[in-house]
Amino acid sequence: MKFNKIALASAMLAASSMSWAGCQIDGRVSIIGNEFPAIQAVAANAQECTGGEIASNLTADHQKLNVAGMQGNPAEYTSAIVANSSIVALMNEDVVRPLGDLVAKHGQGIKKNQLITINGEIMAVAFMANAQHLVYRSDMLAEVGAEVPTTYEDMLATAKKLRANGIAENPVGGAYAAGWNLAQEFNNMFLGYGGEHFKAGSAEANVNTAAGVNTLNMMKALSEYMNPDFLTHDSNATNAEYRAGNVALMNMWGSRAATLVTVDGVADEVKNGFAIAGPMTVGGGSTPASTLWWDGWTIAKNISDADAEATFIAMANGIAPSQMDAEMAPLAVWLIDGYEPTDKAKGVFAAAGAGTIPYPMLPYMGLLHTAIGNELSDFMQGKESAEQALSDIEAAYTAAAKEKGYL
Amino acid sequence: MLFAKNSGWKLRLFNRSFVILWLVIAAFPFLWTLWGSFKVELDFFSKEDWTSALTGVRTLVQHGSTITGDGYQGAWIEEEFWRASFNTMLVCFFVVITSLTIGTLGGYALSRSTHNYTFWLLITALIFRAMPPITLVAGYLLPFFEWNLWGHLSTTVVVLVAINQPFTLWMLHSFFTKIPKELDESAKVDGCTQFQAFRHVIIPVMWPGVITTGLFSFLLAYNDFAITAILLSKENQTMIPKIASFLGTTQTEGNVMFAVAAVVSATVPLFLLVMFFQRQIVSGLTAGAVKG
Amino acid sequence: MKHKTFFWFILPTVAAMLLFIALPIVSVVTQSVFTSHGAVLIETENCGPFGCKVETTIDQKATAKLREEQPLGRFSGLDIYFDRGHLAVNEVAQAWHESAGVGDFLGQLNNLPFYRAMAFTLTFTFTVTPLMLAFGLLIALSINSLHQKLKGLAIFFSLLPMIVSPLIGSLVLFWMIDSRGILGNAIQWVFSDPDLSLKASTSLTWMMLIVYGIWHAAPFSFVVFYAGLQTVPQETLESARIDGASKWQQVRYVIVPHLMPLVTFVALMQLMDNFRVFEPIVGFNSAAHATSLSWFVFNDLSGETRQLSSASATSVLTILGVAVLLTPVLIRTWRDFTAKRA
Repeated sequence: MKFNKIALASAMLAASSMSWAGCQIDGRVSIIGNEFPAIQAVAANAQECTGGEIASNLTADHQKLNVAGMQGNPAEYTSAIVANSSIVALMNEDVVRPLGDLVAKHGQGIKKNQLITINGEIMAVAFMANAQHLVYRSDMLAEVGAEVPTTYEDMLATAKKLRANGIAENPVGGAYAAGWNLAQEFNNMFLGYGGEHFKAGSAEANVNTAAGVNTLNMMKALSEYMNPDFLTHDSNATNAEYRAGNVALMNMWGSRAATLVTVDGVADEVKNGFAIAGPMTVGGGSTPASTLWWDGWTIAKNISDADAEATFIAMANGIAPSQMDAEMAPLAVWLIDGYEPTDKAKGVFAAAGAGTIPYPMLPYMGLLHTAIGNELSDFMQGKESAEQALSDIEAAYTAAAKEKGYL
Repeated sequence: MLFAKNSGWKLRLFNRSFVILWLVIAAFPFLWTLWGSFKVELDFFSKEDWTSALTGVRTLVQHGSTITGDGYQGAWIEEEFWRASFNTMLVCFFVVITSLTIGTLGGYALSRSTHNYTFWLLITALIFRAMPPITLVAGYLLPFFEWNLWGHLSTTVVVLVAINQPFTLWMLHSFFTKIPKELDESAKVDGCTQFQAFRHVIIPVMWPGVITTGLFSFLLAYNDFAITAILLSKENQTMIPKIASFLGTTQTEGNVMFAVAAVVSATVPLFLLVMFFQRQIVSGLTAGAVKG
Repeated sequence: MKHKTFFWFILPTVAAMLLFIALPIVSVVTQSVFTSHGAVLIETENCGPFGCKVETTIDQKATAKLREEQPLGRFSGLDIYFDRGHLAVNEVAQAWHESAGVGDFLGQLNNLPFYRAMAFTLTFTFTVTPLMLAFGLLIALSINSLHQKLKGLAIFFSLLPMIVSPLIGSLVLFWMIDSRGILGNAIQWVFSDPDLSLKASTSLTWMMLIVYGIWHAAPFSFVVFYAGLQTVPQETLESARIDGASKWQQVRYVIVPHLMPLVTFVALMQLMDNFRVFEPIVGFNSAAHATSLSWFVFNDLSGETRQLSSASATSVLTILGVAVLLTPVLIRTWRDFTAKRA
């Protein structure tokens, strides 16, 4: 974090001293988004533009604010920075505008694959990618002579060896905290088993299937090798286990790989043994058991065209290829032209290269995600069968989807 | 005073040991946090062995000493925590003043009126308080954005005052009921209006109740997260949402030690406050006024 | 007091509450009986950095028309209250008909989120409230008998459980009770079971939350009772002493009756706060073992798709639950009130 902050500060310094020529706006810009360093860097770059007022509100609570802040007319926020899971909420409320004409006019620096197109209309411009992938301890694996696992079955076998040889009591780490984290692990594994979350062409949940049962059994098997408190471990707690040297294998966010061992006080063996690899497959499938994510910006619908244009110019400046320098590069896995992946980014790149499925950008995916997170913990504690858990998920989802008018 | 010096030694022993036990239970987590705030994260939240938090082995490796002020430096200098503490001071000050002013008037009136509607007013206030604050806040967002009220400290102060009013009202009401009616009745007989009676007779004797209520209003405003996190813009953020922002999210790294250092430093003004007001809290209105 | 005087005294506080609590409650109740419009869904091809895919989206034009016709949404009556996420009437009826016995029925009931949450909420409320009252009174009596100089310090330390932000307080405690934390280790040592983990078992998690609840709330009753103790009429106490009343009798017959209005007040507030228990559940990450109504509201509002109607319905149910819970205390207050008038 500290490393990031310093990097960020110098990124801003470098960026401002460059004072990119040609970024002249004529209108109001107001950005809302999450607060992590990569997004702060983008917002800081956007604020280099001159000629209009540019405000930003970067906070972890952005998802609670963005819809309300864009519903008014004129909207408080002219741009919201979102991910593929959260753009859905803005699309559902119809508060973001198509960007086709603005991209044609001012989108010179933007690569084609950065454009998020929904129903033929450009709705967002992506600038960074993320995915969960394997993080392991090369020294611990070497001790038992294990290869780097490429499947979850390998991971189980390696975990068994590590425990049997007394190298680690609970060698597997996983963000299995009941709620969002647990549901995300379910999604990864479910997609790895070839599952489809919904019946084709409808909003009906489709998790009570063979793939669903396999998914739960695999998660249960993995949890046997985790710290017994795994249902309370979110990704922060899981990383803490890794840093303390208790964990040898875990599925972790690419965005957290860069800082995993740079925190003060990490022991040398953990630092030296730290290694990352692409996401694993499961059940003989070829699709990795992971999801791909992007972060990008949108532009509000309920603002004047002049403000929209100003916002587009400023945001495009925020992610312009000329901004990409040594300070900005390590902050994220950028999708921006001219970005050279760092070592820590190879897990995310491997995920994209191996055909990992992007997190579904569906209006009702959020509801299913919540339902999974709430209903799985009984199964993970061995209190109910996999079938019962899956039918509970479907029942909880159905009630929520009816309320929101999807069923 | 109850259980005073002349009570039996067994009782006194029990009393003393109970106080000590309670103080240990109450203060231990805080003292532990205070000590830990000078360590690196891996020591304080050690997943290896709990003794590292005491000995600071990793801190020693990293900083060449078993204590480090990095957390404090990071929070106060790099992250400009002072800005947030200034905002908190403003919010707390105005919340306490406003809720006590309007709450005292209301609580006094409720305790002196004998009409049926006072009872129903109290019940309604109570029902109002049952509403989970997050639902309320979700409802505020749209109109606040629409009328450009969102993000300001003053809006948050007003909302905090309103949301805490049922509590303030009930608490002051129960304190005022204990102040004998005869006091202001006799003032009114002497020709005072209701307000003059309140001003000259009640105000001088109401302080213990008011200060206790004020203490809770202060703590509510000081510790509020649900409202301040949603209603304040970044530059107006108070301490608690700022601390929350140090913790990171699922996909992003935080800096827990900044948060720990911030929490410890946030407790200092409270320490001073309680020490400053201890005479009021301790001695109360023992002298003269209320003799039951 | 005259109506007019009363009106002016009460006006500011009532105005604040009407504007910021009553109005939102009206809108919450409205929201809970309306649901979103049926979304018109279409299949579209969506593209992004990771290629193109056929996905479902909402047909905004068609949906916007529906919205314009009925801005509040579809009227659904009490449907949301009765669906599986709330009172689950159909599921309960089904469980009643199919279950083999009472035990089986309760088991099936426990699989429904609302009833599972109620089981914890009620247990929590009815253990924490009496215990914190007793504990608070004991602390107040003990600290009151301390030397004047020590009181300030003792009060400050007693307040700490309330002062330290739950955000960090729970983080630190969460670590302490970890199986490798200081308290976790101590408990393992006490029960000489090295595998004991508070966080992995439902019953231990409940106990932990209850202990935390008492610890966190005791300062509140302590301070209120402490302030009340300062006004205990010394003459009554003195005459009781002369009549040969023991310490216990003095507490029982003089002090407790004097503090009774405050006890009622603290009990009211605590019943309500404990019924809305929320922060420790989030702080201790214990949603796998224990949930509450407030946690549902939080969960509905914090997902990627916010379920406003569902959160509103849960909020209304919370208010109703509190009203039922407080009835006995309210009846008591009413009696006091009429007695005061007489």
